Amino acid sequence: MDIQLQKVSYAYAKGTPFEKRALFDVELAIPSGSYQAIIGHTGSGKSTILQHLNALLKPTEGALQIGDRTITAGKKAKDLKPVRQKVGIVFQFPEHQLFEETVLKDIIFGPMNFGVSEQEATKRAHKLIELVGLPHTILEKSPFDLSGGQMRRVAIAGVLAMEPEVIVLDEPTAGLDPRGRKEIMDLFLQLHKERNLTTILVTHSMEDAARYADRIAIMHEGKCVLTGSPEEIFGNAEKLATYRLEAPRIVRFQRELEAKIGRRLQTLCLTEEELARAITAAVREERAGQ
Amino acid sequence: MMEKMIFGRFMPGDSFVHKLDPRSKLLFVFAFIFIVFFANNPVTYAGLLVFALLVIFVSRIKLYFLINGLKPVIILMVFTFLLHIFFTKEGNPIFEWKFIHVYEEGLRQGIFISIRFLVLVFMTSILTLTTSPISITDGLEVLLNPFKKLKLPVHELALMMSISLRFIPTLMDETDKIMKAQMARGSDISTGPIKERVKAVVPLLVPLFVSAFKRAEDLATAMEVRGYRGGEGRTRYRQLKWDGKDTLAMILLVAMTALLITLRS
Amino acid sequence: MDEILSLDHITFTYSPDEPNVKNAVEDVSFTVHEGEWIAIVGHNGSGKSTIARLMNGLLFPQQGTIKVMNEPLTEENLWEIRSQMGMVFQNPDNQFVGATVQDDVAFALENNGIPYKEMVKRVHEALQQVKMDQLLNHEPQHLSGGQKQRVAIAGALALKPRLLILDEATSMLDPQGRAEVLATVQALREETGLTVLSITHDLEEAILADRMLFMNGGEKFAEGTPSEIFALGDQLLDLGLDLPFAMKLTKLLKQDGVELQGEHMTEEELVNDLWTSNFKK
Repeated sequence: MDIQLQKVSYAYAKGTPFEKRALFDVELAIPSGSYQAIIGHTGSGKSTILQHLNALLKPTEGALQIGDRTITAGKKAKDLKPVRQKVGIVFQFPEHQLFEETVLKDIIFGPMNFGVSEQEATKRAHKLIELVGLPHTILEKSPFDLSGGQMRRVAIAGVLAMEPEVIVLDEPTAGLDPRGRKEIMDLFLQLHKERNLTTILVTHSMEDAARYADRIAIMHEGKCVLTGSPEEIFGNAEKLATYRLEAPRIVRFQRELEAKIGRRLQTLCLTEEELARAITAAVREERAGQ
Repeated sequence: MMEKMIFGRFMPGDSFVHKLDPRSKLLFVFAFIFIVFFANNPVTYAGLLVFALLVIFVSRIKLYFLINGLKPVIILMVFTFLLHIFFTKEGNPIFEWKFIHVYEEGLRQGIFISIRFLVLVFMTSILTLTTSPISITDGLEVLLNPFKKLKLPVHELALMMSISLRFIPTLMDETDKIMKAQMARGSDISTGPIKERVKAVVPLLVPLFVSAFKRAEDLATAMEVRGYRGGEGRTRYRQLKWDGKDTLAMILLVAMTALLITLRS
Repeated sequence: MDEILSLDHITFTYSPDEPNVKNAVEDVSFTVHEGEWIAIVGHNGSGKSTIARLMNGLLFPQQGTIKVMNEPLTEENLWEIRSQMGMVFQNPDNQFVGATVQDDVAFALENNGIPYKEMVKRVHEALQQVKMDQLLNHEPQHLSGGQKQRVAIAGALALKPRLLILDEATSMLDPQGRAEVLATVQALREETGLTVLSITHDLEEAILADRMLFMNGGEKFAEGTPSEIFALGDQLLDLGLDLPFAMKLTKLLKQDGVELQGEHMTEEELVNDLWTSNFKK
């Protein structure tokens, strides 16, 4: 499902003395099946964009295209439920949204709101609990008896149970330890590939954006200032610096090495494995040349 | 509507009124509530109104902004005014049209009550608009200090109030976040029959309570680690300063009371 | 060097009546000396935060003794000892007590009955140390996470503590906030030689420490300098931690047959080694 923001502007508390503009003429097209990262500092407008992606906020100017629905500023938008079912959002610290007596009831809350039968929703819950790496016995427990990491997984299962076509992730690994972080990010990558999801990752981690995304958009002071592939975005450190952003550690390392040895490696590398391979190749060339 | 409402909000500034000690402002407004009832004729009511307008002028809060922000209160005032006009049937009739009869006394009462109402709302709004909530708390704590002898836990109450004030914005944000998270899961608070809406509040309230308790627990730990063990032996960082301005405000208050008593009939 | 803090065979459980529940902390001993920076690392649930709570008497161990400045920690000297240990917690919002930046920094001073004039001096000094003296009257909702944590550090510093404990103080911050807080702590160490104990799973933070304590399942799994700890390699990965970037890359390069002199924790070292071992003619 394609998502398109056309000259979207948004102002909080519009028409009051406390009005605050958060987005200015944002143009962003997210094609179906892509893994899009939206990067920016706190306050850059990335969480305001996030809330537009399933019409929790409606643009105060411009238009928003979500699949075949168009939401235009100033016009009433009725019945947004189909949009919300198709675009699932995993909010930052999603464990804060748990409320039911049991994990099972919490997971089926979403799908049942969208008219899925209890039987079908329960079936989904059983499949998903395994997918997020938790035992089936946990379904009967109270979510409030679980550890923080387990609660996060339950909340994620609750969003996945709606079977969205687009999944929006807001700093999904905040506060997790390194292992938890990697497991969660790998889980979303697997889902992205297997279910052909459109994945939108809102983050301030350059590392995650470089490793997982195939398209990147940079937000700065309420504007979408740069879009492109990870190679295009991270290859241009000077441009990034003007938005007070740094290239990922891997890219910075590659650049330092290149400066030291006085030549460029073949490609811009985005993972440690790629970088190790490129350096090895350069070392071999060097030996052969001697 | 709520965003435009200014009743109870604070607007930072550096006018004479802003700079007054919270204690003198609190005393002033508290006394004013009683003084208003001395007025009973056109001169005294006019005096009150002029005085309130003067205070607004000195506080440099724009009158149109105040009136705009107090719209809901003003609607209530107009309603009271109309009630008096239509239901007081004393004095000479001054206006008759079909079933509407307006009498002199009704008009008079309506105007007086409205002025009283307006003046009180103005003065209390000016208090909250020019004094930060935390200063109000400080002022109250000191003013209520004598009641400690009656075993009123003044320090604890003030601390509770200041912490609540500190956490209001945090909890508002939290409410918004949780509400949006549940809306994204298809929960709907704003439409549907009442019964459904009430049910939709549960997914909002449970996480909100859980989070508030968690915050309270964290906060209690942080306070303990930082050496908090009640009001005993504590010093105060926030100092209140009573100076010439505040004495002047008190003199003004006394003068006005005296004037009202002289001019009332 | 003076001993600031020592834990001697500490065991603690949250449920003393249930013998089947694993102890949260099992027979842990270590010592912190004046001027050191110690990092306690471990995955979530490894017992590292419980240790922080034991150190300043929020919890008391079932076995073992904790000594602060060579004095055993007891119910009696608890408040005295707490005033010597500043502590910064994980959630920046849940430890901000005051209405504004300066009120919050003053909170611990008020609790300890410091006279007004002295308070004003200390609040300003502490805020200068964390470079927040320009935002004296800001309210917490107008501060970033990193700024709030710096205020929390100032609040601890105002009491002139002997030890600053950071209990996952950077884990909820964005990269910018994390960098701010770490830079603040490093500057403090340089200027005042403050003793720091940080509990963290951020490896870039742990590398900065003089010594690391690696917790697993409530037990002390290893103790040593960061290079000694990271030399454990795969064992760290198995126990839920990661390796610093330079070490991961070194490992991959060695697998691919690239010549290198040794293990490297920092990128600079690795670049230099790559240069001298492979490219320099």
